[in-house]
Amino acid sequence: MSKERITISPDLYDIMPPDYQDLVNHATYGKEDRGWKDIGTSKELLEQHSLCAGCPESMAFRYILAALPNPEDTVMVGSTGCTSLVFPHVAIHNIHSLFGNQNAVASGLKRALTVRFPNRIKDVVVLAGDGATVDIGLDMTLQAWFRQEKFTTICFDNELYANTGGQESGLMQKGFVAKMAPVGKLFDKVRLPEIARESGCHYIVNCTVSKPSLVERVVRNAVLIAREIGPTYLQLYTPCILEIGKDSQEGLQEMRDAEKPNERFAFKEYISEPAKALLADIAAKAKDKKAAAKQLVS
Amino acid sequence: METLSLIGTTNRKGQVITDPRVMMSEAPRTPSFFTGSEVIKEAVRRANVDVMVAYPITPQSEAAALCGELFAEGYIGDYFRGESEFAVMSQCAGAAFGGARVFTTTAGPGTLRAMENFPMWAGSRLPIQCIVTCRGINSPLSIQPDTIEIAYLMQTGMLVWHAETAQDFYDWILKGYMVSEEPDVHLPLALCCDGFFVTHTKDTVDLTPVDMCLPPYDPYRSPVPCMDMECPPVRMMRDPFVMKSNYISYATHASWQQEVWAAAERSRKHTIAWLDGLIETENVDADILIVSSGTAVSQGREAIRLLADEGIRVGLVKIKTLRPWPEEELREATKHASHIIVPEFNVIGWLARELKATLPYTERIIAGPRVCGGMTMPPEIIVEEIKKAIGMRSGVLAGRGS
Repeated sequence: MSKERITISPDLYDIMPPDYQDLVNHATYGKEDRGWKDIGTSKELLEQHSLCAGCPESMAFRYILAALPNPEDTVMVGSTGCTSLVFPHVAIHNIHSLFGNQNAVASGLKRALTVRFPNRIKDVVVLAGDGATVDIGLDMTLQAWFRQEKFTTICFDNELYANTGGQESGLMQKGFVAKMAPVGKLFDKVRLPEIARESGCHYIVNCTVSKPSLVERVVRNAVLIAREIGPTYLQLYTPCILEIGKDSQEGLQEMRDAEKPNERFAFKEYISEPAKALLADIAAKAKDKKAAAKQLVS
Repeated sequence: METLSLIGTTNRKGQVITDPRVMMSEAPRTPSFFTGSEVIKEAVRRANVDVMVAYPITPQSEAAALCGELFAEGYIGDYFRGESEFAVMSQCAGAAFGGARVFTTTAGPGTLRAMENFPMWAGSRLPIQCIVTCRGINSPLSIQPDTIEIAYLMQTGMLVWHAETAQDFYDWILKGYMVSEEPDVHLPLALCCDGFFVTHTKDTVDLTPVDMCLPPYDPYRSPVPCMDMECPPVRMMRDPFVMKSNYISYATHASWQQEVWAAAERSRKHTIAWLDGLIETENVDADILIVSSGTAVSQGREAIRLLADEGIRVGLVKIKTLRPWPEEELREATKHASHIIVPEFNVIGWLARELKATLPYTERIIAGPRVCGGMTMPPEIIVEEIKKAIGMRSGVLAGRGS
């Protein structure tokens, strides 16, 4: 979509909602170096949200949306859960259909967009919770990776079913006492990042969303690699402060604690060989461009 | 893209994009001797399909695989095997959300496994076409013909048509897209047939020219935005309705459900034009009528012939569309009838129930004969039911518990 598509006819300008005027005037569609630093100085693609106060998921949403390399040609696919309460506020086309089928929907969507726009970039990004990704939707998550579908899967891992009130999930830690795990969860946290590698993902990161610059880097890598090579997977810790008994202001510290060395969300990154080559190529091109710009100035 | 302006140009395979009315009504037809599965392939070949997703389940596997050959030949934009019917129908949804013309096929247990998707398709206004080659869904396992799954599909908000013959199938696949893609309809179509009886038997079918195809789907005629980021992505709503327990939330959901069913009603005018009416009738001035859908109609035709030999005159009503339900047409067609016989290939008699719910003087309606689990329906048992209804003695049929 070109930026012209969203411009407003001058005659109708004053009757358009201020949100929309703001989107046209100050959003970062088409801005090549867009990133988390635009937050606060430009119109974000997330207009408000209906999550709990202090929910780390809201931070994750803002960083991810700021980091997408190509939002004007990106379609997102969600699933049922807390994320589905946010998507209606997002200024990117997004699909919610059922619970757990997000990677199947994204497979059909990506193929349709490829058939319809063979010479254009159309990125597809899935964003769903851990129940949708690992429990009810695991089959479709893995099968999309086996088929090497070219889209990014982002899992907001809050280690439980948050939206339904804190039930046990596959990504929950062993021993955690929750609804439907009345004597504590009896088996280990599912090791989806490792499964993702064995299933053919080309870029996998396990981390928290405590650092916006890190989220920006991994989201950008994941989308660019998915576009050119094959499936990518990000597992981001977005703790449900409500269900683990924390206060609104404690989400950030919870993530910092969980990402310490040897903790379960210590930063881990896997990059396949073709993906490494692609990232090196992108970095080299960026360097050349920077040098050329510098030369132009001097 | 305004697709009618493409008429006369060629598609990705070099077929001439043809005015669908010319293609279906005026273009020369070639009689061909094909199985029902091959007929599905030949219709899809001419339907300008963008994406098809396949999954094996008897008795639709052959048709789904034959469409794969079409992809290999370049007639379909993309084609792949999904991992289950639930996933396949979600993949179809994704492709349709992305603005593609989508085709898929399923049957029996697959239909039920996929079921959560069908009301979602209708609610999302995705004009996907799903061929349903009906078979048993019961345990113990059965792969035999049985139409009980149609009873479930009728409550999903989809358009539901029930083909009698391979010729119906051929024409209705092509005409089905024309109806379901209308902006005031824009609903998925479950195009049903009786598995094996239609899919695995050979019949002579008059095919349209192979170098003609339907105009492509234009997703920008949809009543809801196409999810391709080609139109402004305004924030859809300030508060997602799912998290509100208030009147506006309830009213929104209620009115949207009503709108989906209203869209199915609005499909009538298009369907009547394309299918030449929602029902087909013969001799409806007769005192006795057979009213049915699918291959039970064919068996009814045989029964009528047998009874004619005995001097008993029986009329026929073939129901083509179950959704929209042709209530007015059926009331008119049955107004002279004292006995309405409803032969069905399922245990519950969903068609008779539907008729009893909408026609006056329900004591006229005889919910049978019914066969299920793969049983065939010899015309003689329809004859027997009719004779019983009018108080005639009839010969006892072997194997009927007497």
